[in-house]
Amino acid sequence: MQEIEITQLRTLVDIVKKHYDYDFANYAMSSFRRRIQRIIELYKFSSIEALCERLSTGDEKFFHDFLSEVTVNVTEMFRDPSFWRELRDNVIPNILLNNKNISIWHAGCSSGEEVFSMAILLKEMDLLDRARIVATDIDTAILEKARQGAYSLKNMELNQKNYIRFQGNFNLEKYYKEENNKAVMDKSLVQGVQFKAHNLVDGSPFSKFDLILCRNVMIYFNQTLQNQVLKMFHESLYKYSYLVVGSKESLIWCEIANKFIVVSNEEKIYKKVKD
Amino acid sequence: MAHFNISKTYKAIVIGGSAGSFQVISKILSSLPKDFDIPIMMCLHRLRHVRNGFVEALNIKSNIKIEEPFDKETIKRGKIYLAPANYHLCVELGNTFALSTEELINNSRPSIDMLLQTSAYAYRDKLVGILLSGANKDGAIGMKKIHDRGGLTLVQDPKECLIDTMPSSALKITQIDHVLSVNRIIDFLLELHKTCKIA
Repeated sequence: MQEIEITQLRTLVDIVKKHYDYDFANYAMSSFRRRIQRIIELYKFSSIEALCERLSTGDEKFFHDFLSEVTVNVTEMFRDPSFWRELRDNVIPNILLNNKNISIWHAGCSSGEEVFSMAILLKEMDLLDRARIVATDIDTAILEKARQGAYSLKNMELNQKNYIRFQGNFNLEKYYKEENNKAVMDKSLVQGVQFKAHNLVDGSPFSKFDLILCRNVMIYFNQTLQNQVLKMFHESLYKYSYLVVGSKESLIWCEIANKFIVVSNEEKIYKKVKD
Repeated sequence: MAHFNISKTYKAIVIGGSAGSFQVISKILSSLPKDFDIPIMMCLHRLRHVRNGFVEALNIKSNIKIEEPFDKETIKRGKIYLAPANYHLCVELGNTFALSTEELINNSRPSIDMLLQTSAYAYRDKLVGILLSGANKDGAIGMKKIHDRGGLTLVQDPKECLIDTMPSSALKITQIDHVLSVNRIIDFLLELHKTCKIA
């Protein structure tokens, strides 16, 4: 198949902006191109022009399928177990030195694996009742999947290994049942979680938090958009509260870097120290 | 020593390897001079859940410091980069890296195809691709892409590989410019270094 050119991607981005008011102009090009390529193959379009034509019809249902495929929804429970240990052993106890309760935002929560990881962690610390958790994503279909918490059994093998490395109190099996070849998570874990549609590209701050997790989400954005999103996170954090990004993301180059200090370079945990 | 008659300059080198490639890559790295300044990007299959130790092990033998790049880090001359655990390493236009947690490719993350294909797109005919010993076919499509975009393709001689599936798969689907022993790969890189220095 012919390689998709940047100009063709720009045309597609313009069409999506015009018809659906979603702006992908500042997504990272190499991954965005691959996602588009993938959609073309998945839906058997003859070319990117054919995909553009379909998007131009204003078909909302198709657009939502498009949205689900354009965003990367690969995630694990307890990815980087050492990070989750750090959260349990240091970050959360630190937050609770000055607060009775804890507020957490999972920005770009995808299918919810990290939300469940957090809920399990908090439950094992006997803190789940004292937590206010908001989980957001651009894609409403994936939010529904997160709410359902039904995962493929194949993925659970990895999740279990991660949980063991996290050194949880029990066995991950305590938190799900096998039904219809799926691992169905214990819903009570996320009973209090507010799942909500929110686009990091144009969404505004909606609350303040003690901890924001946005791991391996901004890698799909270019630096302009990363800067813009980090500003929003800064606004959405209380002073002396925490922001976590993926283990190979860095705040060093961002405009707002001087308002944060590094708490753990290994786990990419940052603390807001300036308003 | 036979020469390769390298006729033009190259902006980057990508190296892929898997099972049986660690010794090979260590030997290559220990043979490069300190002032070797064409950036090298390596994707070597590795355990997804072990973040530390690999780059440190490679650094013991290398004259040039090897780093695992961060997302959106600028690609610099005189540096060697290694794809980090559990991320795909991609090259963006504008001489930066981008990391990705997309689906496994050929059961791998990082995937060699991913690095090779994105590099081929960014560097066109100014790229050298080298594929070493390995037990699966990851990298073959990437080598084809490098060739299709006018870049230069090298594989470790399958006869010399501990496991030859990887170079053999590439040889099956695309033109490979040079099939070389490790020692000859090193000769090639040293000659490339001289050529690009003069140019």
